[in-house]
Amino acid sequence: MTKDKVFRTLLLGSALLIVLVCEAVFYSLTSGALPAFRSFGFFRFIGSSQWGVVDGSEHYGALPFIMGTLLTSFVALLLCIPFSLPVAFFVGEYYRNTKLASWVGGVVDLLAGIPSIVYGLWGFYAVRPFIVRIGLSQQGFGILTASVVLAIMIIPYAASLSAEFIRMVPQELKEGAYSLGATRAEVLRRIILPSSASGLVSSYILAIGRALGETMAVTMLIGNTNNLPLSLSDTGNTMASVIANQFGEADGFKLSSLIAIGLVLFLITAAINFVGHLIIKRNTL
Amino acid sequence: MKSVTNRIFKDRLLKTGIIVLSGLSCVPLLLILGEMLLKGWKQLSWSFLTQSTPTSLEAMLAVNSGERIPGGIANGIVGTLIMVLIATAIAVPIGLLCGIYLSEHRKTRFATTVRFLTELLQGTPSIIIGIIAYLWMVVPMKTHSALAGAIALSIMMLPLIVRSTEETLYLLPASLKEAALALGSSYRSMVIKVLLPALGASMIQWDPTRPSSAVSLLIWQFYNDPNLNSMIWSASLFLLLFVLLLNITAKQISKKWRI
Repeated sequence: MTKDKVFRTLLLGSALLIVLVCEAVFYSLTSGALPAFRSFGFFRFIGSSQWGVVDGSEHYGALPFIMGTLLTSFVALLLCIPFSLPVAFFVGEYYRNTKLASWVGGVVDLLAGIPSIVYGLWGFYAVRPFIVRIGLSQQGFGILTASVVLAIMIIPYAASLSAEFIRMVPQELKEGAYSLGATRAEVLRRIILPSSASGLVSSYILAIGRALGETMAVTMLIGNTNNLPLSLSDTGNTMASVIANQFGEADGFKLSSLIAIGLVLFLITAAINFVGHLIIKRNTL
Repeated sequence: MKSVTNRIFKDRLLKTGIIVLSGLSCVPLLLILGEMLLKGWKQLSWSFLTQSTPTSLEAMLAVNSGERIPGGIANGIVGTLIMVLIATAIAVPIGLLCGIYLSEHRKTRFATTVRFLTELLQGTPSIIIGIIAYLWMVVPMKTHSALAGAIALSIMMLPLIVRSTEETLYLLPASLKEAALALGSSYRSMVIKVLLPALGASMIQWDPTRPSSAVSLLIWQFYNDPNLNSMIWSASLFLLLFVLLLNITAKQISKKWRI
């Protein structure tokens, strides 16, 4: 019996360890960010778009990077929907449980397996010249290029999750509509879409959560400038890419500011993921 | 009511649209694979996998005399292996135990909290885990190390292991467990002899993209060093093929072993 007790304690201990790790992550980020927050103020840090030494004094503000992150993720989401939604319908409804569906689903899923750096290279040597050629931007770097690659990266997540929700729509509902003479397109629009709507929304929210923290590919494509991006052809930086770019040689206030950006990113992704999971739980329980 | 032909036309249009767009979604993978194959195939050889990376100077001399750049990415491969081994040794036991705990206490408040935190950890971007590993390992040890990388990797692996363990165990029929307990087996031996073997399949499902980090780092180095630039393609090709192969095998195995 005592062995049993030891074992149960071990189980509990490992669960406690997860809590501890999360607390430690939060604590480390907060304490690392504190000097920056203390000297610039939390809201001034978030709301200011100055980054670097101005008039001999250091000032760091995260607004351009928050803006860059939100802009790239949002554009990526918009670009990803017209492809991931059809894939979800293809796999989850039109060809469900067929060999064809598992092939298409499998190929799209493989996109999730490609390392970020490979996406970055491909974006740099294939997508960027294309953007230059069609005249959208001089150098090809910027929000748009990063968003295009980001969109491809999040297609598999959005598609496989939404396919699952589409598959969960009760067969009786669809059959009822068919028996009343509805075409498949009408069933899709009036039955499947409304009854899987919250699931679809949550899969796209979770896909955004993925896009927010994407680092390497974005770093290689966004241009890495510290200005506030206002249009798609502007260069900029996301929170993740500015950390990746400047963490190596940073110290003092700059290091603290970068950690503070990390904390903000952590909180934003946590909030987004929380909302996504919440919607899923609401509707599956 | 709209005319029947109109409705049928719309139906066909939608179906065609969905097929075309789904087909288009498969294109990026082929494009990426094609680009890497085309540019990386020449450099990829056995020695590329078994020799370590040349210095920038060696590479420059080779390029100037029109030869192939000597050396390869063996150091990246070995580094990856070491990191994955350490990270696995840390994350698997903890993750398994925690997953078992969660599946055994599904409804308690503490378990719900832990589950929530696992989700939180799973969604945390890897760059933040990188900062954490820097603060915890690199700052006190004053040097970058494989160990720091392994710690970061294990933090990323942990939630995946916990969740796949819990989900697999949840699907397991309760009668299996009860049978073992009814036969007088202790809780511990029930877990070891009944629950753990059932986990086999889910062990393979961990996201194999993350452990590729040390090779990724080499590619980043090649990318930033003009002399080594031509090595990025073969390194990426290797990484890509390796990860895709791992992905496909994992999928096949988990399909075969599914309970």
